[in-house]
Amino acid sequence: MRIGLFIPCYIDQFYPHVGLATLNLLESFGLQVEFPEEQTCCGQPMANAGVHDDARPLAKRFLNVFAGYKCIVSPSGSCVAMVRHHFEQVLGPSPELEYVAHKTFELCEFLTDVLKIDRLTGSFPHRVGLHQSCHGLRELRAASDSELVGPAFNKPRQLLASLTGIELTELSRPDECCGFGGLFAVSEEAVSCTMGLDRIADHERAGTEILTATDMSCLMHLDGLIRRQHKAIRVMHIAEIFAEARGINSADGLLA
Amino acid sequence: MTTNTTDHPTAAARFIANSDRMHWHDKAIWAARTRRDNASRSVPEWETLRELASRIKQHTMSRLDEYLEQFEANATRLGAQVHWARDAAEHNAIVAGILQQRGAKHVVKSKSMLTEECGLNPHLEQLGIEITDTDLGEWIVQLRHEHPSHIVTPAIHIMKEEVGQLFHEQLGTAAGATDPQYLVEAARKHLREKFLAAEVGITGVNFAVAETGGFVVCTNEGNADLGVSLPKVHIACMGIEKLIPRLTDLGVFLRLLARSATGQPITTYSSHFHGPRPGGELHIVLVDNRRSELLGSSDFQRTLKCIRCGACFNTCPVYRRSGGHSYGVTVGGPIGSIINAAREPKLHKSLPFASSLCGSCSDVCPVKIDLHQQLFVSRRHLASLGLVPKGKRFGITLAAAVFSRPRLYRLVGRLTRFGLRVLPRSLVYNRWNIWGRQRDLPPAPKYSFHELNRQRQRKDDAYK
Repeated sequence: MRIGLFIPCYIDQFYPHVGLATLNLLESFGLQVEFPEEQTCCGQPMANAGVHDDARPLAKRFLNVFAGYKCIVSPSGSCVAMVRHHFEQVLGPSPELEYVAHKTFELCEFLTDVLKIDRLTGSFPHRVGLHQSCHGLRELRAASDSELVGPAFNKPRQLLASLTGIELTELSRPDECCGFGGLFAVSEEAVSCTMGLDRIADHERAGTEILTATDMSCLMHLDGLIRRQHKAIRVMHIAEIFAEARGINSADGLLA
Repeated sequence: MTTNTTDHPTAAARFIANSDRMHWHDKAIWAARTRRDNASRSVPEWETLRELASRIKQHTMSRLDEYLEQFEANATRLGAQVHWARDAAEHNAIVAGILQQRGAKHVVKSKSMLTEECGLNPHLEQLGIEITDTDLGEWIVQLRHEHPSHIVTPAIHIMKEEVGQLFHEQLGTAAGATDPQYLVEAARKHLREKFLAAEVGITGVNFAVAETGGFVVCTNEGNADLGVSLPKVHIACMGIEKLIPRLTDLGVFLRLLARSATGQPITTYSSHFHGPRPGGELHIVLVDNRRSELLGSSDFQRTLKCIRCGACFNTCPVYRRSGGHSYGVTVGGPIGSIINAAREPKLHKSLPFASSLCGSCSDVCPVKIDLHQQLFVSRRHLASLGLVPKGKRFGITLAAAVFSRPRLYRLVGRLTRFGLRVLPRSLVYNRWNIWGRQRDLPPAPKYSFHELNRQRQRKDDAYK
C-alpha cells in the first residue's frame, strides 16, 4: 500500500520531529510511505476566516498532490477534517475530491480503522493526559464525546492505554476545547488564552506529566501557555509517544 | 433589540479581566451543561428524539405558510384574535394598540425573548404603561435596567450578593441579605401586587400547534399562568417559527426542551391555551421580524428550527467565559451569532468569529442544528460581503499566495525560523505579536520536516 504522508504546514516548519515520528511509525508497520514535496497548506485558515477564494487554490493543490495515493495519512485531525468535510464547500463536488476525502485519515484512525490495530506493543511509563482535539473528536468522530448519547469509544485513548506502564489521567472536563481555534487564537486572544489555561489547570489537578493530543496545533497553544508560566507539564504529539514507546529514534543520524 | 456595533473580542476581554467572576460564571453554567448530560442519558432514545424533532421542524419550515394559515384559522375558531406583525415596530404598535384601546396602564409579562428582541418594554414605558417582567431572573434584570444575558436564565451573570443589594435598595429588604429563600419571598410579595394590579397579561409562546390553534407556554415559576389568569386580557407574542404541525408532535419537544435547557425532565408548568377563557380576550401576535428572510436562505434556514433551550449557550466554552452581554444582542451564544450576523451582518460581523469551531454546540442541540457548520458558512457570507477586516484579509491573501508556491513557502519558512532564532526576545515579542502576549512561540528548529526528510532519504540511499 503506497501511503501519501500529509504533514500540516506548521508541523513541517515548527515540529519536524512530529513528522519524523509519524513517518517512522508508519514505516515500522511495513508500509511504503512517501512525502510529496509539493504539498504546503490545506487552506483551513483561509476557509475558517470565510475567505474561500484564497482557500480554493490550496485545496486544489492538495487534490493534485495527493490524488495518486492509496491512502493519505496525517498527524492532525483538524487538517484531515478540513479535507474530508470542508473541501466540498470550498471546491464543489468532484470524483477526485470524493476519492481523496475518503482516503485521507488522521494517524490514530488510520491505525485502528484501516490497519485494524487495536493494541500497540511498547512501553511508556509516564502519567499521560490526553487532550481530545475537537475536530478529531466531533468531525472525525475519533471518540464518543460527552454530548451525544451512545456507546463509548475512544481510538487514540485505546491505543495509548495499550502501551505498557502508561497511566492515563482523568479530567473533570474530558473534552472541552483548548481554545486554539486557528486565527481565533489571535482574534479572540483573551478568550483563547483563558480557555487554554483552564484546560492546563484541569490537567495539573489530574496529575498529568505529559500532555498529548492528535493535533499539534492544540499543543502548540497549550505549550505556549505552559512555557510562559513555567509549568511542569511537557507536551508530546501522540505520534511521538507511539514512536518512543516502540523504541524508534526518529531523528537518528539526522542533523536535527 | 440592538443598535450598536458589537465587538465581541473587546467585550469578552473586559469580562475576562475579572478572572474570579469569569470562572464563577463558567462554573455556574457548566453545571447546567452537566445536568443536561445526565438528563439526556436518562432517555435511551435521546438521539432518536433529536432526529425526530429536527425533521418535524424541517418539515414545518418547508411549508410554514400553510401551517401558519391553518394555525390562524383554528385559533380564530377557538375565539382568539390573531394579529400579523411584519417587524418589531408593527409588533409593538399592535400590542400598544390593544393596551391603549382598553385603557390599560399596568401589564405583567412572563419571559419572552421575542418581546426583548422587539424592544417592547421601552416602547410601552414611553407610552406611560408600566410593564413588569414576572420571571424572577428577568425581573432582576429589569430592576437593574439591563438586558438578559442568557435566554433561559436571564440573570445568570448576577451573584446572589448583588441581588441582595439590589433588593435592599429597591424593595427595602434587610441589608446584606443573601439567603435565596428570603430574597425570593421578597420578590414574590412584590410581584404579587403587580399581578393583582395588572389589566393585561403578556406571555411568549414555546410551541403553537397548527392543527388545534392552541399554544403552550413553558415556565418553572408559574408566572405565565398567574399573569394571564387574573387579568381579562391575554396577549401572546410569538415568532412565526414557533409552530409545530400536530399535538402529537408536542411530546417530542417537551421531552427535549427542559432536559436540554436545565436538565429537568420537564418544565414545572407546561400550560396549554386554547382560545380565551369565558368573558376574556386572547390575542396572538405572529411576528416575522426578518424570519422569512432566514426561511428563504438555503444557508441559514436551519436556524429557524431553534426552540430556544439555551443548551448551545451552556456548552459554549466561549460564551461561558465571555458572558452573555459580550454578544450585544438579545439572543447571543452560538445560535444568536449566526442569526444576528445573517440579519445584520455589518453590526454583528464579529459574532461568527466568537467561536473556536469546537462543535460542541452542534452535538447538544436538541433539534440538531449544525451550529458550528453554520458559523463556518456565516463567515463565508461575511467575507463575501467584504466584512472581514482589511488587515486580516490582506494577511490571509498573502499567506495563500505564499502557500501556492512551494519553493517560496519553504524560503519564507526558513527565513522566519532563522529570524525567530537570532532576533532578541524583545523584538520578537513586540506589541503586534498578539500570540505572544500570554504565550511563547514554539521553538524554531533549524530544519523543517521537508529538509530532514531529504537528509533521511540521502542517508537511506547511502546505505543502498
